[in-house]
Amino acid sequence: MDLIADHISHRFGALDVLDKVSFTVRSGEVVAIVGPSGCGKSTLLSILGGLLRPSEGQAELRGAPPANSLNPLTFVFQDFALLPWCTVEANVEFPLAHLPISDTDRRAVIDDALRRTGLADFRGAYPKQLSGGMRQRVGIARALAVRPAILLMDEPLSALDSQTRELLMEDFIRLLADGAMGAVYVTHNLEEAVRLADRIVVLSRRPGRVRETVTIPMTRDERGDIGAREKLLGLQNDLWSLIREEAIDAEREVQHA
Amino acid sequence: MLDRASQQNTQHDEASPRPVAFRGAGFAPSAGRSSGWIALALVIAFWQLAGSAGWVNPLFLPAPSAIAVAIYKLAMSGALWQHLSWSILRIGSGWILGTVAGVIVGFAIGLSTLARGVGITFISALFPIPKIALLPLLILWLGIGEEPKIATIALGVFFSTAISVYSGVDAVPRNLIRMAQSFNVPFHAIVRRVIWPGALPSILAGFRISASVALLLVVSAEMIGAEFGIGAFVLQAGNLMQTDQLLAGVVILSLFGLAVGKLINLLEARLLHWR
Repeated sequence: MDLIADHISHRFGALDVLDKVSFTVRSGEVVAIVGPSGCGKSTLLSILGGLLRPSEGQAELRGAPPANSLNPLTFVFQDFALLPWCTVEANVEFPLAHLPISDTDRRAVIDDALRRTGLADFRGAYPKQLSGGMRQRVGIARALAVRPAILLMDEPLSALDSQTRELLMEDFIRLLADGAMGAVYVTHNLEEAVRLADRIVVLSRRPGRVRETVTIPMTRDERGDIGAREKLLGLQNDLWSLIREEAIDAEREVQHA
Repeated sequence: MLDRASQQNTQHDEASPRPVAFRGAGFAPSAGRSSGWIALALVIAFWQLAGSAGWVNPLFLPAPSAIAVAIYKLAMSGALWQHLSWSILRIGSGWILGTVAGVIVGFAIGLSTLARGVGITFISALFPIPKIALLPLLILWLGIGEEPKIATIALGVFFSTAISVYSGVDAVPRNLIRMAQSFNVPFHAIVRRVIWPGALPSILAGFRISASVALLLVVSAEMIGAEFGIGAFVLQAGNLMQTDQLLAGVVILSLFGLAVGKLINLLEARLLHWR
């Protein structure tokens, strides 16, 4: 199943946020979206996931979702969006509760999601008892439970410390390794983008337009090699030089807003 | 300034270490369990002393022991239960009616644009009216029985409940609702599993206020037109200058209010343990 951004424009009142953004996320592909602050990355993700109606253009799906997918487009949120009154297990169960699946299947799905995210021993804990990294793992487990075709990730690591970010990045790489699941990964962090994405869509400052699309010329497995580090760093520098000036302008704009 | 600072620094022996002065004390009050009770006991003891020593006229301020005796006699004669049961009946009926209506209207205002537009206008206009002022009108409409008293309490409870419910609904983090929508969770399930528990802290806080409102209104309503009830009892005692009985009624009201507060504490501990 492909996800297509088709000439998406959006404005909030008089403020133009996105301007005719188009690209396609092919089945199993990981596309990162980067750009200066306020360029509309998160707005674009909300539109792609059907949480916001665009002013113009539309988000489209092409092809059938995987037969076993319970929610083809599934978000992983920056702030985790966990229900504080529910345990880890109940949070993971939350998106399944209204679906017509048997209790046995539901149990199996929850157990599998908790196991894949290393949460099996924390199923009875409440979010307030968990670290930021563990909370995000709950968010990921909840997303995995509905077997998404495409994960929509809105800066999922930005609220976490650097060590936890590294650990979760390894988790993402592992989860996306078999190509069964694609992702749109919104981030400020260019290192995360080059480590995880197959392609990187660079947006201009507001109103966000597609400024460039950069393809990462190696598989995610290859990126783990020591020899690839230099190449990835070079790519990261190229991306930074693409957005640096606009990032400075955007920063000044934010400060003067 | 800088010169003086540097002069002061040079006065210290640079070789000998000295502790950094602690500057972080205060601004973190904690509620001691016993201090409140001790303070209360001291006040009552002083009050008793003032009464026993004849420093105050017992007609104007009876001693605590006299009030305790009055309560004991009320309890033994059965009058206490008679008055209390009437008050509890009125409070219970009025509070339940007002709360059910307030929760329904509060949720409607929190969830529907139309209900919000209409509801907030009416609530803004009617909430400031002292509900006891409507009692004569309610007597005209509903007769002189229990109905106008219960309706007065229900009205007072309704407004504060409706406000706390829609404020609670408004306070539910939008990201949780968007998360639920992103999983295609149906509207009724979002209300039941996200909005209701999310609004519950505010709703329970509203219960605390509405219980006080109900207590206030039942006493007022009973003072205006009732033969039995704690409010009627306090009024009768006042008219007869039986200040020990009057204060016995006040103490009973205070204890009743404390009991309701305790009940809400238990509810909070049970329902909001996740906080």
